[in-house]
Amino acid sequence: MRPVIKFLDEDLIKKIINEAMQILSTLGVEIHNDNVLAMLSDYGMKIEKDTKKVYLNEDIIQRALNSSPASFKLFDVLERETHHFSEYNIYFTPGSAALNILDHSSQKMRKPNTTDYVNYAKLVSRLENIASQSTAFIPADVHEKISDSYRLFLSLLYGEKPVVTGTFTIEAFQIMKELQLAIRGTKENLQEKPLTVFSCCPTSPLRWSDVTSQNVVDCAEYGIPVEFIAMPLSGFMAPVTIVGTLIQHTAETLSGIVISQLDKPGAPMLFGGSPAIFDVRYETTPMGAIETMMIDCAYNEIGKYLGLPTQAYICLSDAKLLDAQAGLESATGATLAALSGINNISGPGMLDFESCQSLEKLVLDNEICGMSLRLIKGIEPKEDFPSQPIFQELLEEQHLLISDHTRKYLKEEQYFPGLVIDRANRSRWKEEGSQTLGERAHREVERLIQEYQPSELSDETKKEMIHLMENEAHRVGQDRLPQRKP
Amino acid sequence: MIILNEIAQSLQKGDHKMVFELTKQAIEQNLSPKEILDDGLIAGMNVIGERFRRHEIFLPDVLVAAKAMYAGMDQLKPLLIQEGIPSRGKIVLGTVQGDLHDIGKNLVGIMLKGAGFEVIDLGKNVPPEKFIETAQTENASVIGMSALLTTTMPMMGRVTEILKEKKLDKKIKTIVGGAPVSEEYARKISADSYGFDAANAVDRVKALFKFN
Repeated sequence: MRPVIKFLDEDLIKKIINEAMQILSTLGVEIHNDNVLAMLSDYGMKIEKDTKKVYLNEDIIQRALNSSPASFKLFDVLERETHHFSEYNIYFTPGSAALNILDHSSQKMRKPNTTDYVNYAKLVSRLENIASQSTAFIPADVHEKISDSYRLFLSLLYGEKPVVTGTFTIEAFQIMKELQLAIRGTKENLQEKPLTVFSCCPTSPLRWSDVTSQNVVDCAEYGIPVEFIAMPLSGFMAPVTIVGTLIQHTAETLSGIVISQLDKPGAPMLFGGSPAIFDVRYETTPMGAIETMMIDCAYNEIGKYLGLPTQAYICLSDAKLLDAQAGLESATGATLAALSGINNISGPGMLDFESCQSLEKLVLDNEICGMSLRLIKGIEPKEDFPSQPIFQELLEEQHLLISDHTRKYLKEEQYFPGLVIDRANRSRWKEEGSQTLGERAHREVERLIQEYQPSELSDETKKEMIHLMENEAHRVGQDRLPQRKP
Repeated sequence: MIILNEIAQSLQKGDHKMVFELTKQAIEQNLSPKEILDDGLIAGMNVIGERFRRHEIFLPDVLVAAKAMYAGMDQLKPLLIQEGIPSRGKIVLGTVQGDLHDIGKNLVGIMLKGAGFEVIDLGKNVPPEKFIETAQTENASVIGMSALLTTTMPMMGRVTEILKEKKLDKKIKTIVGGAPVSEEYARKISADSYGFDAANAVDRVKALFKFN
């Protein structure tokens, strides 16, 4: 039995959805994009031109929901299926778009560069429990106008896994789409075998910017899946209660679903988000707060009820260093997300309110994710009945270490974390240098980067991507791209 | 020799039938038993030990390889004795008096045998004198003692004391282990060595015998 936890009963889910629909039809949603407003107007929605407000009635929301796909798949650069976002399947992806990285040698936060990003991409390619890449941080050594597309370029050049990403501008969509077309060949093939997921974020409360709403439409056009990242903040930009926050989150996400589905019925989407409570002591948005995680798990239940695959920013921490807080918050999030069946679980590697990536934390989180993936396999009998033969063997042999039963089921029953989680006895731990978790994690980072194998994408395609990216750099006035390691 | 390499390979796969068969063939081909032991069986076990240390394989894999090692060793043993080739080393092993916990000790025994040592396992609840008498009559140069209880640990010290009294402590070395035992405790009772787990015990015993 796959273990599942739930926070909401069906009645409450229905009430929340009903309330969210009421909000959208009576209070409306602001959409600062004329194309999208025109489209909604064509569907007969009431628009207020001055305030850019549109009132979405229940029929149109229902129509959008009816065409929303209940599942979709992702494929890597070599067109191998990697994800099937459906039911209670879960996949981990690194937290994305950090402005900083935690430098292991100085233990200080700093702006990342191309070398850092390449190391990150190499590392992710070796992490078995991290199913996709994400454009995890923003290299500061390129023009800011290409800082979004450049991340995707590096990820697709060095890694094979699909990428969770997003654009910072409307213009950047062009090159980010071109890079994907270089790999897939045709628009049809890209639609059939999606390679990326774009995060599209409404602004709380109940607002879509020009850029993000256009991104939703552009992605729908190319069959590129989107994840809606509504970010209500309980007690600040949303009601302080979890239920109130869920109503707002549902309303904001439903408005995204309407934009996407009316533009292109059947466009793939994740019912996602990055809501948080607001800590009124520090004026911060703690991602590691238990209430934040409860909101995530609960909106995932709402998404599932509506028949959509889901996403959340949940396996991450607000700690500034790779310390006990970093581990406990990430592990609590990973566990709850796994038990809730959040399909795309974002967060590994992330510290400091989604603003700082750490490669060392990423390898720790990879092991946490491994434990969570084991957890949801649950407890299943495997040649355990009748039990007399195995106990007879135990009594005869006095141990079962080399029993056929052990050899057959050991690796299925037990997940073996890597070298970051310490399970040595004290003497062995001492003999191996009495290393702290941070030191072990750093050693793993170095080892895994060393073991990197280049992506098997053809050289021809890689050259084409480099050409596309160089042209894009020229377009924004940057003469050349930074030096890259092989 | 190709066949010795095949023995080492089969041993690493834990294929005891194949190790038995290949060892038999190697003997029929008139290869020297020492060569078969060193370049076939022990060479294979050395790789296993190294991979285990690197976390590439786990304890069951080591034990299955050890079982394959016995399959070859059983055939070689009479030949080695016949040719007057001493064993890799003889160890008397047991859980100390008053203690009935023998899981760890058994594991150490399996691993030591897998590494090519001759092990005389006295079982559990072994009185101090019994360890020493057996070591003397069997001409063993190492006594390995295990204890799980803090109350039985002192029995290890009793063995080292008697060895000292009888001036046997230069000839017979001691190694101790078990959950409450530590390097410090081993020093305190003048034991010659301490193993923190079964694999480590094998390394330490090798050191006592001055192997690699």
